[in-house]
Amino acid sequence: MFDLTGMTALVTGASGGIGSAIAGALAAQGATLALSGSNADKLATFAATLSGDNKTIVCDLADPAAVDQLVPQAVEALGGRIDILVNNAGVTRDNLAMRMKDEEWDQVIRINLEAAFRLCRAAAKPMMKARFGRIISITSVVGVTGNPGQANYAASKAGLIGMSKALAQELASRGITVNCVAPGFIRSAMTDALNDTQTAAINSRIPAGQLGEGSDIGAAVAYLASREAGYVTGQTLHVNGGMAMI
Amino acid sequence: MSETADRVKKIVVEHLGVEAEKVTEDASFIDDLGADSLDIVELVMAFEEEFGVEIPDDAAEKIGTVKDAIDFIDSKQ
Repeated sequence: MFDLTGMTALVTGASGGIGSAIAGALAAQGATLALSGSNADKLATFAATLSGDNKTIVCDLADPAAVDQLVPQAVEALGGRIDILVNNAGVTRDNLAMRMKDEEWDQVIRINLEAAFRLCRAAAKPMMKARFGRIISITSVVGVTGNPGQANYAASKAGLIGMSKALAQELASRGITVNCVAPGFIRSAMTDALNDTQTAAINSRIPAGQLGEGSDIGAAVAYLASREAGYVTGQTLHVNGGMAMI
Repeated sequence: MSETADRVKKIVVEHLGVEAEKVTEDASFIDDLGADSLDIVELVMAFEEEFGVEIPDDAAEKIGTVKDAIDFIDSKQ
């Protein structure tokens, strides 16, 4: 089950914490990857840890012209096809709404939401021709619940969910599914830096009593990318240890 | 029928899965051939690829019948 042998995938933000776990999960299931990120060295170092003939593509998702080139570059690097698109890259520019600058709003929307739309639009073309595709966007629990200080981030993540539902309806008849995975608190360099009191405060909000791992997100993405998930579309899979049940 | 017309017709038959005799020049993609808006997008993509032309969105919107497609492609070649 969930075998991705022979399938190709573009993953954005691939060298980050969750991104690398997603890439690792897809590669482990047999997919060949185009790994995109903003840091060439980090990408190359990470790519070397994966099995398979994977490619790396440096792309600044804040640059619309570069974003428009990314899918064509990936299709070329992957031998002419793209079966799976994972919109994982995201940034935060946290601030209370009353103090939030236009730039902070714009940057987050541009990278988290607009770039994802551009990539979906570009990937839909070859996927429609192939009558097969899997588009998976990494949103967040805060896109559904909100979070103080993250009006921009929460809007971008909620936007991904709405966009995915619209695309899911447009593309369902062509064998393309469009879904989201919404992580809760996932262990990262940032959460490792928290002290015991802070960690305990977070854990107390999570019925599972602990933070999630990147691999929990990777597994959810691998499932949605699989042929077996072909009847699942327009959905958001929440992976959060029960901290929000929506 | 011109060469363009033959090639257009072939693409329409393949993409919409309709019988060749239904694909007359006057046939409307949506009303007569059962295409939906996504089919039109796909047909335009297929025409662009087959004929090496670019069909901008405003021109694509005006393509309602098989003849509209043939005329547009001929005008670009």
